[in-house]
Amino acid sequence: MKKWGKQIMLLTLVAALTVVLAACGGKKEDTSANSGNTATENTTNGSTSETASPEKLSGTIDIDGSSTVYPITEAMAEEFGKEHGEVRVSVGTSGTGGGFKRFINGETAISNASRPIKEKEAASAKEKGIEYLELMVAYDGLSIVVNKDNDWVDKITIDELKKIYEPNSKVKTWADVRAGWPNEEIKIYSPDANHGTFDYFTEEINGKAQESRNDKQVTFSADTNAIVQGVAGDKNSIGYFGYSYFEENQDKLKLIPVDNGTATVAPSQDTIKDGSYSPLSRPLLIYVNKKHMEKAEVKSFVEYYLQNVGSIAKEVGYVALPQEKYDEQLSKLK
Amino acid sequence: MSILQDANRKQISNRRKVDMTLHILFLIATSIGIIALMALLIQIMMDGLSRLNLELFTNYPSRMAAKAGMKSAIVGSIYMVLIMAPISFILGVGAAIYLEEYAKKSAFTRLIQLNISTLAGVPSIVYGILGLTIFVRGLALERSLLSGALTMTLLVLPIIIVSAQEAIRAVPKARRDASFALGATKWQTVSRSVLPSAISSILTGVILALSRAIGETAPLVMIGALTFVAFLPESIMDQFTVMPIQIFNWVSRPQLAFHELAAAGIIVLLALLIIMNISAVMLRNKYQKNV
Repeated sequence: MKKWGKQIMLLTLVAALTVVLAACGGKKEDTSANSGNTATENTTNGSTSETASPEKLSGTIDIDGSSTVYPITEAMAEEFGKEHGEVRVSVGTSGTGGGFKRFINGETAISNASRPIKEKEAASAKEKGIEYLELMVAYDGLSIVVNKDNDWVDKITIDELKKIYEPNSKVKTWADVRAGWPNEEIKIYSPDANHGTFDYFTEEINGKAQESRNDKQVTFSADTNAIVQGVAGDKNSIGYFGYSYFEENQDKLKLIPVDNGTATVAPSQDTIKDGSYSPLSRPLLIYVNKKHMEKAEVKSFVEYYLQNVGSIAKEVGYVALPQEKYDEQLSKLK
Repeated sequence: MSILQDANRKQISNRRKVDMTLHILFLIATSIGIIALMALLIQIMMDGLSRLNLELFTNYPSRMAAKAGMKSAIVGSIYMVLIMAPISFILGVGAAIYLEEYAKKSAFTRLIQLNISTLAGVPSIVYGILGLTIFVRGLALERSLLSGALTMTLLVLPIIIVSAQEAIRAVPKARRDASFALGATKWQTVSRSVLPSAISSILTGVILALSRAIGETAPLVMIGALTFVAFLPESIMDQFTVMPIQIFNWVSRPQLAFHELAAAGIIVLLALLIIMNISAVMLRNKYQKNV
């Protein structure tokens, strides 16, 4: 009797598992077969009627990557969805590096990136036979901010920024940064190492990506809003983040113009766009898997993206490229 | 006599003092937790109540805070729990019955027991990594609703097993003996005598475990549940998002309006959790009267 009960128990467990697994296995084949069909159908349609009246598109577009680029891609996916309700666009926020990992595995069609692809990543993409297109979609300006009550900092040079943020920095007080500034301990805020923002800033200022001061005076934060709060709440603090976070918190923060040796410029829509806010302006990019581009829905999404992102970038807090740049990249697609 | 009395009185008043001090200390200990929770709730209510409207339930995420909703996230969370519930119930209660009723008490089962208790305390992100390796990559289920539900099942299984074991253990031995005395088999005893008296506590445990799963973000972020999903999942292989992920995304936006939206989302999530917990309590009360 005892034996029987045991076996029945085991059997039900095994049966439950196999049912579950079998069910999903079958489903999976179904969906992949389906999407394969629609894809081939669409490509044939697409090639015959390239610019004809809006074709009926369907399928899925997987996007992942930088959380900085996310608002732009989300906006594009939202607008694109209004015209092509059948296409299911999903956007994730695994971060630039995390996004590239999936992209290189061939899991995503498009990867959002707040920095260009690294050599290492490009190499492993090549190894796996992933070919891709790099498209620039907008600019962002890394903004240096201090507290509203900070009345001594009127501008900051690249060297001074380096002094503050470099590894093993000797800066303890504001006076260590520039003579004449108060002898108060400086509180430093920085996005943490998962942010493309951190990569870009450390590369431009410290000379090497991911190399940064790391001691008790620095607070690394995964959440950019925490940096806003930190700087807004402490008179002796300094921090940096994407321009959109400054734009939304102008009343709480003081923006510091950056002296790059030739000019002193504060980030704004204009200075970021014309490139004069240098070197802390950065391009925001999307990477498109060429194999996925063969699918009509992906191709038309990317085209739609480049055609319309110019008007939407500002709305979500970024700076649009000059129109020629979009046109140039669009012609590259053809 | 009077000396004795005085000494006694002093002793008593000392004891009263100690009693009083401890009373106040414990009251403070309780109120710190409650005050913190109340402060949090009031803050969230103040931020979120104005945004708590029908659109939150009927709209998909949007870049415009005024139009954004969490329809796909709410539906995603509910689907996930619907898939999770039967799987984790069958596996969890099955394992508990095996361990309590069938398995011999050997060093091996004690080891299993220890492992299960330890697993209940493993950080949830670890289950995310496990889910990513086994379900997403290993079984090639990709970032689907099913992968998410199975990962969450792993997360809550130890909790369900432990609570179901306790429920089964609480059934008096006399019940089993009576059943065996009537000539019932092991399975008949378990299914007709033990389980009916334990089921209410088991269900309570399952519901509480499920409500933990609803609030979890880390494992799903790990397996790649997405943030912008403007469609409802149509099959268990579709991509999905859940409420905590949507809330997290809104909180990390620069725009204040999104923070309010996040607060509204938190209210919805809290309401759902409260409903689940209340139903767990009601279930327990209902069955307890019958037994």
